[in-house]
Amino acid sequence: MRVAVLKGGRSLERGVSLRSGARVEDALERLGHELLALDVGADLVRRLSAERPDVAFVAMHGVGGEDGTAQELLELLGIPFTGPGVAACARCMDKVLAKHAIREAGLPTPDWFAFNQTAFKELGAADALGRLEQGLGFPLVVKPSRGGSSLGVKFAAGPGEVPGALVAAFSYDERVLLERFVDGRELAVSVLGEETLPVVEAIPAAGDRYDFEARYEIGRTSFVCPAELSPAEREAVTEVALASYRALGCSGFARVDLILAPDGPQVLEANAIPGLTDTSLLPQAAEAAGMSFEQLVERILDLALKPAAA
Amino acid sequence: MRKPNLPGAGASIRHTSWMSEVPPPPHRRRAHTSTRDLQRYAGLFAARTGVMRSSAMRDLMAITARPEVISLAGGLPDTSTFPPQSFAAQMTRIAQESAAEALQYGPTEGFEETKDCILEVMGAEGMLPDPDDMIVTTGGQQAIDLVCKTLVDPGDVVICEAPTYPGAVPVFCSYQADVIQVECDEDGMRIDELEALLERLRGEGRRPKFVYSVPSFQNPAGVTMSLPRRQRLVELARQWELLVVEDNPYGLLRYGGEPLPPLYQLDGGDFVIYIGTLSKILSPGIRLGWAVAPPPVLEKIVLGKQAADLCTSTLTQYFVREYFGEGRWRQYIDDLVEIYRRRRDVMLEALAEHFPAAATWTEPEGGLFIWATLPEYIDTGDLLAKALRADVAFVPGQAAYIDERGRNSMRLNFSGVDEGEIREGIRRIGRVIAEQIELYGALTGEDVAAAPERTQQDENVVPFRKAGEAG
Repeated sequence: MRVAVLKGGRSLERGVSLRSGARVEDALERLGHELLALDVGADLVRRLSAERPDVAFVAMHGVGGEDGTAQELLELLGIPFTGPGVAACARCMDKVLAKHAIREAGLPTPDWFAFNQTAFKELGAADALGRLEQGLGFPLVVKPSRGGSSLGVKFAAGPGEVPGALVAAFSYDERVLLERFVDGRELAVSVLGEETLPVVEAIPAAGDRYDFEARYEIGRTSFVCPAELSPAEREAVTEVALASYRALGCSGFARVDLILAPDGPQVLEANAIPGLTDTSLLPQAAEAAGMSFEQLVERILDLALKPAAA
Repeated sequence: MRKPNLPGAGASIRHTSWMSEVPPPPHRRRAHTSTRDLQRYAGLFAARTGVMRSSAMRDLMAITARPEVISLAGGLPDTSTFPPQSFAAQMTRIAQESAAEALQYGPTEGFEETKDCILEVMGAEGMLPDPDDMIVTTGGQQAIDLVCKTLVDPGDVVICEAPTYPGAVPVFCSYQADVIQVECDEDGMRIDELEALLERLRGEGRRPKFVYSVPSFQNPAGVTMSLPRRQRLVELARQWELLVVEDNPYGLLRYGGEPLPPLYQLDGGDFVIYIGTLSKILSPGIRLGWAVAPPPVLEKIVLGKQAADLCTSTLTQYFVREYFGEGRWRQYIDDLVEIYRRRRDVMLEALAEHFPAAATWTEPEGGLFIWATLPEYIDTGDLLAKALRADVAFVPGQAAYIDERGRNSMRLNFSGVDEGEIREGIRRIGRVIAEQIELYGALTGEDVAAAPERTQQDENVVPFRKAGEAG
């Protein structure tokens, strides 16, 4: 098969995407496919139109690749592509949209308030901060609405830390959310087709927050897969994850991140195109399910070409 | 339908043809590492890898390479100023006259002829070392590594400036040093704080191995250690019998003010290890640096170098010999100084015009860098994300600290881009800072002026608190 691998681009997660892409290319070659590696740029449409690949493997992360933009073009060109479709990508990329969809489906997600810059600059939203903080309690988490990999995510331990955290989050997006902090185990459930893979638990090294650097560096965060969960816990977690995946309209694959609190799981977000690097969670989960990386890639391609195969 | 907004104007395509058109190599890359492999490797890692820090914001920095980004993040000299025809003539002479020798191994200490060239460079700053005290290294960076290899056991105290050369941090960490940073102000390292630290360490029964300093036009702060502090530092080294590692890559790149004697010259070489490099005055690509150390220390450094790479590139050393043999190296530095002085001036003007009143920055008399400090609520790591969307980059200050300090500072390079790009780059950074300041004002109700209100550019040039001042 002629497979185009879309990677890189201008997103802040370009580096991660290039690593994901390189690894996918490697597997595709090993599987005997013809390969067109595309570091996505202004000539993407021209290149795809000229080369007419059978399928596009989207290995882009962050705004531009994971938000439905590239997917929309692929639909327009009539090229099947891996991972969720345009609408699901757009919902997953925007944490506020995703949380609304999850909550409307009756699924648990921590309480939040979302604002854009205008609310603060022109509508005096700052005057509501006190009430909002009272509602969410401390510590609270401040996140840019769009963007992945924990970039710009800050914890605020008290009211004094909120403005700085907001300024930081607004560096990444026009809209930010303040979210109730839920203490618990950090779990990631990868969904492939309509099946959940073994749950991964992320255990940050002592003193390390689950931050951007730790997430991509070998040894900074340890991952346990399959996570040690009681059957009841595992069922609750995978059920909520799969229901969130469906509520967001995902297909092909996605990764749902959640916190397992004493009173049950709380969904934080879903990643439409989870990382495929050496330290990424989806490949780890697939491996725990007895799937090699090549098999994972092949399965993802199958799902793109024969959606019914799900 | 939403209009597709394609990212990546100007991004390149790595593979331009279907891989099947040419017979593919059996495996372009090794088989991917499985999770279990990772765990197996992790079990083999040395303890020191646990403290090896990846340089901060590594992935964000990957984006600064995009052609449309004006990068003030580099530390690059402008090698386009080196005449290609001279380079061709020099390399041709080597090929014609000494091909066999130039392609051979050389002595671990370096060739005597290379040392003669280095003596000229050091002589230009008033130093007259014994060539037997000298070792030629693969860049100044290797000299830092070899010094650590020679002196540092895990847990040993190493003292450096705050902020310090970002490239030294991973070296100290890889030898598991306990790094303690001493604040800088506009006159360089606070020697009074150093003294207090030495007393405190003595109280704890700990003896630092060395003090690392870039006394002239420091990377990243751009500040220069004053003469009284230089004198006091070498006195302290003697008194406490500890070594000072003087890293001096920029000494000859002075654009104003009076030259100051290097620590090595003041001390005479008893307690100062001197590190030099041709990276900033000739080429970083040739990887030629050196160290001058007291004989017993040098002996160990030579053994360390032998273990590391046997010798510095012979070809490089032949090139250096040819280049210095032409006798025009001082003129080349003079030319660089002219170019960089103008670029520094343009950056300082642009800072005064475009950076907000709440920002301060250093006014370096030489070197390659200006260090700017913003209000404390702005994290320059996050600001970089916003700046990259405006196609401009800088180095977040945190890279220059071991701890969490420096989060509201940034390093700006003025040597690697032309004057027009410097103006535009600073304008863009100024704009994103102004937006963040305005936002903070809206969030807190504090009256924070975002736009520069004064025309006098000197007022912002208050890099650090003055010596003796509280706070």
